[in-house]
Amino acid sequence: MASVYSSTGFDFSNELRNNFMAEKGLPLPKATSTGTTIVGCLFKDGIVLGADTRATEGPIVADKNCEKIHYITESIRCCGAGTAADTEFTTALISSNMELHALSTGRKPRVVTAMTMLKQMLFRYQGHVGAALVLGGVDATGPHLFTIHPHGSTDKLPYVTMGSGSLAAMAVFESGWRANMEREDALNLVKAAISAGIFNDLGSGSNIDACIITASHTEMLRNVEMPNMRVQKERKYAFRRGTTAWKTENVRDLVVNEQITFVGGDAMDTT
Amino acid sequence: MDHFPTNWGRPRNDAYDAYGTYPIAQRPYNGPKDAFADGIQRTQQPIVTGTSVLAIKFKDGIMMAADNLASYGSLARFKDIQRLQAVGAHTVIGAGGDMSDFQYIQAMLDELIIDEFTAQDGHTLGPAEIHEYLAQIMYARRSKMNPLWNAILVGGVKDGKRFLSFVDLLGTTYSASTLATGYGAHIAQPLLRTAVEGKEDILTEDDALKILEQSMKVLYYRDARSIDKYQVATITAEGTSISETRRLETSWSFAEGIRGYGAQTQ
Repeated sequence: MASVYSSTGFDFSNELRNNFMAEKGLPLPKATSTGTTIVGCLFKDGIVLGADTRATEGPIVADKNCEKIHYITESIRCCGAGTAADTEFTTALISSNMELHALSTGRKPRVVTAMTMLKQMLFRYQGHVGAALVLGGVDATGPHLFTIHPHGSTDKLPYVTMGSGSLAAMAVFESGWRANMEREDALNLVKAAISAGIFNDLGSGSNIDACIITASHTEMLRNVEMPNMRVQKERKYAFRRGTTAWKTENVRDLVVNEQITFVGGDAMDTT
Repeated sequence: MDHFPTNWGRPRNDAYDAYGTYPIAQRPYNGPKDAFADGIQRTQQPIVTGTSVLAIKFKDGIMMAADNLASYGSLARFKDIQRLQAVGAHTVIGAGGDMSDFQYIQAMLDELIIDEFTAQDGHTLGPAEIHEYLAQIMYARRSKMNPLWNAILVGGVKDGKRFLSFVDLLGTTYSASTLATGYGAHIAQPLLRTAVEGKEDILTEDDALKILEQSMKVLYYRDARSIDKYQVATITAEGTSISETRRLETSWSFAEGIRGYGAQTQ
């Protein structure tokens, strides 16, 4: 509808079309929280975020070592599960808007700002943007950890997991999380949680990424653990020369006639 | 085409096929029906259900745990039922899923054990035989499109050998040193695997009990159809024993300092 003034509220004009198509046998594609394990955990000095590194296309591993911990601002990071394109573009958009917002307000950006921007955008799209996010960071008010679902609901918790491996990771968190953990304990707990996801969930795999955010410093630990390294091949499997028999050999020089002409001139001819 | 003028201009009557348009199998039938024709039903969905069952192998035998709840959808209807059952002297089975089907299975197994006892042939049924019997029954029922809607763990010790296997409503069977049904497969299995895999011959009874208690606790936290009362069955070379109902100690104060779900601070 090409009207200059767009009406308030939601526009459900596509519902008729969607229902018609569903009746004809083409159902709406379901946005699911697909192959991933992402976690976030609050400890004494700040937040530890963790993620696996497998990106799946149905039953196929599309990317063996992708990065799921996205940059929002210097001391705010966001792990993304669900449709990869949705998480990438959503976090990039909000990161850009956060930078502008920080410049506009003249203050260090806050985690609740990013969370509010993300939830308002996701709710606007009524769950069709399949991004399930774990947002964590430290700002002037302290450390905060949020989880944002594709439909726009948020939860504020001391430890969270998302993705298909979230049950396995949450089991580890429920067994091991305590308030005010030390940095080492928190990192080990996050690594154990992501490992539980990697080894018990088919949608998660490969390596473990972690990010430790404190008031003073953010440390991105890319591939902090690689429990699925490919073993070195035991033999050389190249075919030896002579495996395939040949009858004739014909070696021809492709350069038939070579003539070198020196072309003078200094600058580019821009006539 | 309707040849009867008295029908023209009136609504059509589809209850009677006047011209034999449809073959006999598709003609509408309005004659006398057998009173119980509609009573023959196939299990479409479980009604009163039990949730997960967990089991692990330890040094001396098998330990199995299940809570005491039978849910009616989202209602916690029966809070004191026993989902672990001793079968003979060497086996314990634990079932999740439809409780009426489980009661039927219990009756069948009781009959089996009584027959074995009266035969007095010097042999006793061990866990492997119980498991095979159940697997055959479950698969046969699924093939008749009328399943017994359960997921069953069979564990036991016979002649010094530990046995632990799973069978479900489809007749799928598998065996491992840690098993879990229902939500336990997603939540407890990672914990059980890390704690038990490789250490089946080292873990003592106390270790096994701690592992199962921890897993039951996490399941109570995260499974919305569970309660905090459960029983543990231990099977060793000495025999089977099912414990009294135990209560879980849980802590719910982890988020005391948090307010709201987003930007709220008060």
